[in-house]
Amino acid sequence: MKYNWNWGIFWQLSPDGHGTYLDTLLTGLGWTLATALAAWLIALALGMVVGVVRTTPVNWMRRAGDAWVEVFRNVPLLVQMFIWFFVVPELLPASVGAWLKQLPRSAFYTAVVCLGLYTSARVAEQVRAGIQSLASGQRMAGIALGLTLPQTYRYILLPMAIRIVMPPLTSEFMNVIKNSAVALTIGLVELTASARSMQEFSFQVFEAFTAATLIYMALNLIVVRGMRWLERRLAVPGLLGAGQAMPQAGH
Amino acid sequence: MRNLRSFVSVGLAALCALLVAAPAHAQEGTLKKIKETGAITLGHRDASIPFSYFDDKQAAVGYAMDLCGKIVDAVKADLKMPNLQVKLNPVTSATRIPLMANGTIDLECGSTTNNLERQKQVSFTITHFVTANRFVSKKAGNLKTVDDLKGKTVVSTSGTTNIKQITEINGQKNLGITILPAKDHAEAFLMVETGRAAAFFMDDILLYSLVANSKTPSEWVISADALSVEPYGIMLRKDDPSFKKVVDDAMTKVYKSGEINAIYAKWFLQPVPPKGINLNVPMSEVFKHVVAKPTDSGDPNDYK
Repeated sequence: MKYNWNWGIFWQLSPDGHGTYLDTLLTGLGWTLATALAAWLIALALGMVVGVVRTTPVNWMRRAGDAWVEVFRNVPLLVQMFIWFFVVPELLPASVGAWLKQLPRSAFYTAVVCLGLYTSARVAEQVRAGIQSLASGQRMAGIALGLTLPQTYRYILLPMAIRIVMPPLTSEFMNVIKNSAVALTIGLVELTASARSMQEFSFQVFEAFTAATLIYMALNLIVVRGMRWLERRLAVPGLLGAGQAMPQAGH
Repeated sequence: MRNLRSFVSVGLAALCALLVAAPAHAQEGTLKKIKETGAITLGHRDASIPFSYFDDKQAAVGYAMDLCGKIVDAVKADLKMPNLQVKLNPVTSATRIPLMANGTIDLECGSTTNNLERQKQVSFTITHFVTANRFVSKKAGNLKTVDDLKGKTVVSTSGTTNIKQITEINGQKNLGITILPAKDHAEAFLMVETGRAAAFFMDDILLYSLVANSKTPSEWVISADALSVEPYGIMLRKDDPSFKKVVDDAMTKVYKSGEINAIYAKWFLQPVPPKGINLNVPMSEVFKHVVAKPTDSGDPNDYK
C-alpha cells in the first residue's frame, strides 16, 4: 500500500477555522453526545409509556401502541431522518414550516426528535417483553391485593421488568450513540461527519476514521461499564436475573 | 475487566496491522503493475455530470473519462500492449484515496480539486478544468454578491473547499451568515429549493449542471462574484515519475493537437446523456490559458 501516514495530522490546523483537526473531531464528539443523550431521554420516556400501554388489558391503547412500534420500527432510520427534515416542514402550514426551516440548529433538533422516536419503538418492545416475561400471577396478585392497574404497574410489574431488560437496554443505549451518525445525512456535523470532513480537507482518510473508531469504542465502553454498575446497584438479591447469573450486555 | 481488555486489544491489533502493512508493500511503479497484470483500472464517479458519471445505459461516461481514454491509449503504446484490459471501478469522495493508495485504481477520472494540501498524499496530472467557487440562489431573492447574504442562511457541501472558503470570508467580513453543511450536492440544492437556505456555494460548473437539471432552470441565478479558483485534475499515485510522465505527455498531446476542443465541446456545448441537457458552458479564459500552456499546478495563484 502506498499511503503517506501522518499521525501528527491531528495537531495541525484545520481549515474550518476552529483550531486543529483534533478540535474538529472533539466538536463532532460533542454533537454526537448531545444528540445521543437527548434522543435517549426521549426514547426512554416514550418507550416506557408505549411498552406499558402494549401490555394493558385496554384494547384501543394496545392497538395504538402496536401502531407506534410498527411505524417507527419498520421504516429505515435514514428514510425517517429525510422525512422529518425535508417532508414534514412542507406538510405544516407555510408560516410554521418556514419557522422550522429557519430555526438555528434545525438539523440537531430534527435529529434528536427522529432518533428519539425511532429508538422509543425499540425500547417499547423491550419493556413489553420484560413485562410479559413475568409470571401472570404477579399481575393478578397485585389486583387481588386491591391495587389499581396503574399501581400494579408502578409497584409490582415495572420494578421487576426494568431490571430484567437492563442488558438489552444497554445495547439500545449504545445503538443510539452509533445511530446518531445517520444525522450527518441532514447536515449535522457529528463525529462521523467530522471525520469525513477531516479526510476531505487533508486526504488523511485512515487517520481520520481510526480516530473516530477509537472514540466510538471508548464512548461505548463507558456506557457498558456505567450500565453494568447501574445493574449491580439496582440488583435485588434473589430476584430473577440478579447477581452473577445476569446475562452479558452488549457485544 | 474482561470486556475492557478485549476492546483494547482488538483496537490495538487493528491499529498495528495498519501500521505494519504500510511500508511492507511499497509499489514499484504503476507501469510495472499494469504490465504484470495486463490491466489498468480507472476510478470513476457515479454522478459528477459531465465529468464522470453513469449514463442511461449504466455505462461510465464523461469528459474526464474521455481524457482517461486518451491516457490509456498512450499507456498501451508505451508498454506495447494493444490488448491492455481496461477495468472500471466506481469511487466516492471518501473512497478515492484508500482505493488509490492500496492499488485498486490507477487513475481517478472525475472532478477532484488539485491543491497543495492534497498533493502531500497523491499526485495530479495536467489540469483538465478550472472552476470557481460561486453561489446559486433564486432570482426572486435578488442576491448578487456575498455581502447581500449578510445575516442569511447559506448551505454548502460538507468537507469541500467551498464551505471552507465561505466560512473564512464570513469570519473576515463579519457578515453573520449561518452556514449549513449538507451531505451532498443534490441535498444542498434541495435545501435552497425548499427555502432552508438562501444560497448554495459550490464549484460553478456543478451549479450549472444542477440548475440545468432542476425543475425550473429559469428561476435560478448563479453569482458573477467568484470566491476562488479551483483546478481539477486526474489523480494518480504519488512519487511515480515514470507513470506520471506517460500520463502528462498524453494530456499535453491532447491539448497541443487541438483534440481537446472537440472533447470539450462534446461535454460542455452539446446535449449530454442521460437527459439530453446542454450545459452550454464555453471554455473559460483561464482554461484556454491552461490548454496553451499545460500545467499540473495545485496553487490557485498560478491560474490568475
